[in-house]
Amino acid sequence: MDTHQEKHEAPVVLNNPVPVRHPGRWISAIIILGVLVLFLQSLVTNPNFRWDIVGTYILDTKVIQGVGWTLLLTVASMVLAIILAILLAFMRQSENPVFRWSSWAWVWFFRGTPVYTQLVFWGLIAVLYPKITAGIPFGPEWFAVDTSTVITTTAAAILGLGLNESAYLAEIFRAGLKSVDRGQEEAAEALGMGKTKIMWRIILPQAMRVIVPPTGNETIGMLKTTSLVLAVPFTLDLTFATNTLANRTYLPVPLLIVAAIWYLVITSLLMVGQHFIEAYYGKGVDNLAPAAINPAAAKAAAAVAPSAAAEPALKMDLPEEEAK
Amino acid sequence: MTITTETPLVRIEGLHKFYGQHHVLRGIDLEVNRGEVSVVIGPSGSGKSTMLRCVNLLETISAGRISVGGQLIGYRDVKGRLHDLKTKEIAAQRREIGMVFQRFNLFPHKTALYNIMEAPVHVKGQSRDAARKRAMELLDRVGLSDHAGHYPSQLSGGQQQRVAIARALAMDPELMLFDEPTSALDPELVGDVLNVMKDLARSGMTMIVVTHEIGFAREVGDRLTFMDGGVVVESGDPQEVLANPQHPRTKEFLSRVL
Repeated sequence: MDTHQEKHEAPVVLNNPVPVRHPGRWISAIIILGVLVLFLQSLVTNPNFRWDIVGTYILDTKVIQGVGWTLLLTVASMVLAIILAILLAFMRQSENPVFRWSSWAWVWFFRGTPVYTQLVFWGLIAVLYPKITAGIPFGPEWFAVDTSTVITTTAAAILGLGLNESAYLAEIFRAGLKSVDRGQEEAAEALGMGKTKIMWRIILPQAMRVIVPPTGNETIGMLKTTSLVLAVPFTLDLTFATNTLANRTYLPVPLLIVAAIWYLVITSLLMVGQHFIEAYYGKGVDNLAPAAINPAAAKAAAAVAPSAAAEPALKMDLPEEEAK
Repeated sequence: MTITTETPLVRIEGLHKFYGQHHVLRGIDLEVNRGEVSVVIGPSGSGKSTMLRCVNLLETISAGRISVGGQLIGYRDVKGRLHDLKTKEIAAQRREIGMVFQRFNLFPHKTALYNIMEAPVHVKGQSRDAARKRAMELLDRVGLSDHAGHYPSQLSGGQQQRVAIARALAMDPELMLFDEPTSALDPELVGDVLNVMKDLARSGMTMIVVTHEIGFAREVGDRLTFMDGGVVVESGDPQEVLANPQHPRTKEFLSRVL
């Protein structure tokens, strides 16, 4: 074999073919660049944009506070929604028919009514139920509090946004759980794992690969849905803050630009966060750096394993494209 | 090799399985003694995998009884009336029974090492250090100790299957079930997996192996069972059954696979 190969040791001449030309790419690039230049020129030359006003208000205290409140509403309502969605998705897959039915009804109700209506409703909860009491129905009362002290406008906004979102996320989580191969559950069952452990340790971590991208989508959607909290009425978020300033100054356009810039900044930050979450849950499938193992254990293993060196050729016999 | 006086570790009696109207298993009787390797062959659709999956309740039992180590699988017998076991009790029974799947079913989000450590740590409550040490020993035993940090997608099919065997062994089962463990492998990778299984058989593990590897059955099997149409057609010493099949259906099947 060796001598046979040595005969063919002549240098390899690469094919180096003439690539296919793509004139369409150049034409489209010129058109798009032209439009972009016209647009940028208008941004600079059109005085109605009032960039000076944008500069004045971009770091205004009210605007920055609005950014803070918008972020708080987004994060708090998404955390609430994710917790509920996991619960709803688990219930939907449960063997208990009451859980399955309740989960279905929850999604039906909160997805079937407008988020604006739900926010108004939560704002009016204190009118509907002036007191929250704990006790036995038609029996003794243990304690009672005024609804308005518990359900503040902030709480009402978070509840309204979070409960509505939980219905959408529940469907995303359900799809994610369903995407995991049935063999995974069987393998875990065969090892004697209990249902809860199988869900949390085997199914959910794999489902997260499917769940994270649409959930990122929903989070960015939520960031902008927070502008509806005016319905509660909650009046500290970014859109309300810039609208107030716009009404005071009679300059709506620059303040809309201020709001848009901040929404874009937050969205960009969320996208960076999503990238890292996706990388984390993609391990073993999308990104394949071998995990660091305990070096002491590896050394100990190497000591007892003379056979380990016997098959280095098999070590990475899957080509890299298979990792995709 | 077979110790006939001992009570069998696995006893399957009158096992039936229905999928709706479809009658898949039509009264299976099978006994496996401790330390014995029982090989089950048969055409696809003969019910051999279904039978195996009934032993650790991946399929419910429609009729009949299965016991492992004298313990009734899936039920409690209260004065002749069967009661379903709770999920937790079923999980406890499964811990004594290792299973190896045709499609490996390794956990793709965990490295080979953590695939093996998962159940000892999170089911048996072993310490991480003890579980890691044992996992490394098992990886060495299946010839993969330098692949501990690799994810399943970085391993070949044969390597994945050997990790899957190590994962099942980590729970120290009394019985190992193999459901066509080499059927999804490229031909040149089958040998490595069979060698691990032969080694395991020689170490005295009780095994039920559903397979198409006639050579394996001949070499390490203590008993060979031929199934077709949901029944056991023929069962006996592997050399004898292979050399001198009694039933025409066994003859026909063997003439096609040998």
